[in-house]
Amino acid sequence: MKIHEYQARQILSENGIPIPPAQVVRTVDEAAAAFGQFGGQMCVVKAQVYAGGRGKAGFVKLVHNEAEAREAAQFMLTHRMTSYQTGPEGVPVSVLIVAPGVQIAKEYYLGMTIDRSRQTITLIASSEGGVEIEEVAKKSPEKVLKIPFHPLIGLQSYQARDVAIQLGFEGKQANEAAKLMMNLAKVFISTDASLAEINPLVVTTDGKLLAIDAKINFDDNALFRHPNIEAMADESQERPLDVRAKKANLNYIALDGSIGCLVNGAGLAMSTMDIIKLHGAEPANFLDVGGGVTAEGAIEAFKIILSDTKVKGILVNIFGGIAKCDLIAEALVKAGREVGFKVPVVVRLEGTNVTRAREILKAAQGELPTLIPATDLTDAAKKVVAAVA
Amino acid sequence: MSILVNKNTKVICQGITGSAGAFHTKQCLEYGTKMVGGVTPGKGGQTDPNGLPIFDTVAQAVRQTGADATMIFVPPPYAAEAIMEAADAGIATIVAITEGIPVLDMVKVNAFLKDRPNSVLIGPNCPGIITPGECKIGIMPGYIHTPARKAKSKKKVGIISRSGTLTYEAVWQCSTRDIGQTTCVGIGGDPIKGLNFIELLGMFNKDRATDGIIVIGEIGGSDEEAAARYVQENVKKPVVAFIAGRTAPPGRRMGHAGAIISGGEGSAESKIAALRQAGIAVAESPATIGQTMAQALGIAAEVAA
Repeated sequence: MKIHEYQARQILSENGIPIPPAQVVRTVDEAAAAFGQFGGQMCVVKAQVYAGGRGKAGFVKLVHNEAEAREAAQFMLTHRMTSYQTGPEGVPVSVLIVAPGVQIAKEYYLGMTIDRSRQTITLIASSEGGVEIEEVAKKSPEKVLKIPFHPLIGLQSYQARDVAIQLGFEGKQANEAAKLMMNLAKVFISTDASLAEINPLVVTTDGKLLAIDAKINFDDNALFRHPNIEAMADESQERPLDVRAKKANLNYIALDGSIGCLVNGAGLAMSTMDIIKLHGAEPANFLDVGGGVTAEGAIEAFKIILSDTKVKGILVNIFGGIAKCDLIAEALVKAGREVGFKVPVVVRLEGTNVTRAREILKAAQGELPTLIPATDLTDAAKKVVAAVA
Repeated sequence: MSILVNKNTKVICQGITGSAGAFHTKQCLEYGTKMVGGVTPGKGGQTDPNGLPIFDTVAQAVRQTGADATMIFVPPPYAAEAIMEAADAGIATIVAITEGIPVLDMVKVNAFLKDRPNSVLIGPNCPGIITPGECKIGIMPGYIHTPARKAKSKKKVGIISRSGTLTYEAVWQCSTRDIGQTTCVGIGGDPIKGLNFIELLGMFNKDRATDGIIVIGEIGGSDEEAAARYVQENVKKPVVAFIAGRTAPPGRRMGHAGAIISGGEGSAESKIAALRQAGIAVAESPATIGQTMAQALGIAAEVAA
């Protein structure tokens, strides 16, 4: 789960990490008032969106007077932000922060995530801050420090001090930087984060350490023990269909192709997308209905797939294990009756009770003329690709 | 022969009184698994509908039944503790089916298991493990498998997979080509898990009955790349692979928490390239995994492309 920058700043600040002052605003008047409150000095207005790339999109602006603050806020609050991460439809902006400009002497990167190969939490630090850490890692990997630490013992002060020194901090500042890393580790563990990033961490011209931008992602599996974090979710930042699917316990991700997919199991769902592409078309979505698919779940899944106007055909691929094929076939027919299959629906069923399932589909053929049975995965892919061509 | 579990494996179910635990305990019993009991704290002394004894703790179950494997269906908030309890009780093969365990809980579990080298963990978020005809611990449909001794082609393979239903797909493609399976292991879709490709490749490599190995990976992490290096250096048997997620857009979580491409790491292309470089035959399509294995084993393959 993602949260906004202003929420991440708040969490860091509550955990002893120095954050420069800022005002969270929701209207043009509030933005102007915030500018005035900071004494008329240069400020930055930043749109609060989950997606990256907001600087280039014009949603981070330096303002020098109240008129400029109003203009920037007006623009951001009335336009959707589009960037390489959002797709052409963009995302809405309803919250901004206004923060006084900071005189930066040097920028650093601090991050924390789970290192899968080491199977533990890892502190990532670099003296090259303010840019994408992936780029730094690609160009000069020696400038990216990675320090794994034990999940129960936690990050030790000596480890943090050594990182501070390797980053080039000296004296009192090294101690402050180490303390900041210890606090970041505390945030990471206590909130079940999956990623916590301060980029940049800056040293100001008057020698202060400040976390200028912050990003925290959380482990969805752990949200049950963090209701306060779960409450921070901003549904407006996600695609409406994704939100709807989540509510129906469906694993759905919208894509750009023309063939809708309805599959049980995540691995098989990905493979189904792959085989569609292999046969020359593009999948319109990833959709895993899970093992215990019900008629209601299947109906909602079809409704979600069909509400995407790009969808010209649907491929249903079910390998029944514990989920029995005949029950799924019945759910399909029920879904067809209720939703109406306006596009060709190619169905490939295999596994438990498949013979009975095929009979059910055959019997429903007259009623649901766009239903096309397939014998195996390849046959199904070929048929659905041909149907949309 | 097989790896990890066989007809003598004595299995308990942790979470036996929950709906999934009860259902699959019955399914495993029907398949022929030697189920010897279950654990649900607070319900010790009772019996389940199949007449299996229920215990309050795993240690108690082990003392009284001699169980050496466990199938865990405990809900996510308590699943990590259930794994640690099993390891502490001396269970050798711990199979965690539960989906949705917090990642940091699994980080702690793995740190805990380092001190208990006699226990291995399979999963979590996996279909389980099966030695066809002998022992099924998990939620996979039993009938799609072909026991090694019944394989008409006389060839038997081991299967290691990060995905559930895609494993069934591969098993089915083998069975319909008369290729038996020694053991099939679903290692699960989570980023932090128990046994991984390398450990299992080592076991299948040593298992005399296993003629070839199928590796089913997906986007995310670099375990497949590590497996490729391991195969190149250590495995002499034919290895066939399939990687799911070629069409997945970067940065989106594809159902499995582990299946996310971030920071340029974990793309299907990188994995396929590493596997091919190691001399592993990578199936182009999820529909040709069995056929690719049949070719690698040098047996007449019925072409169903």
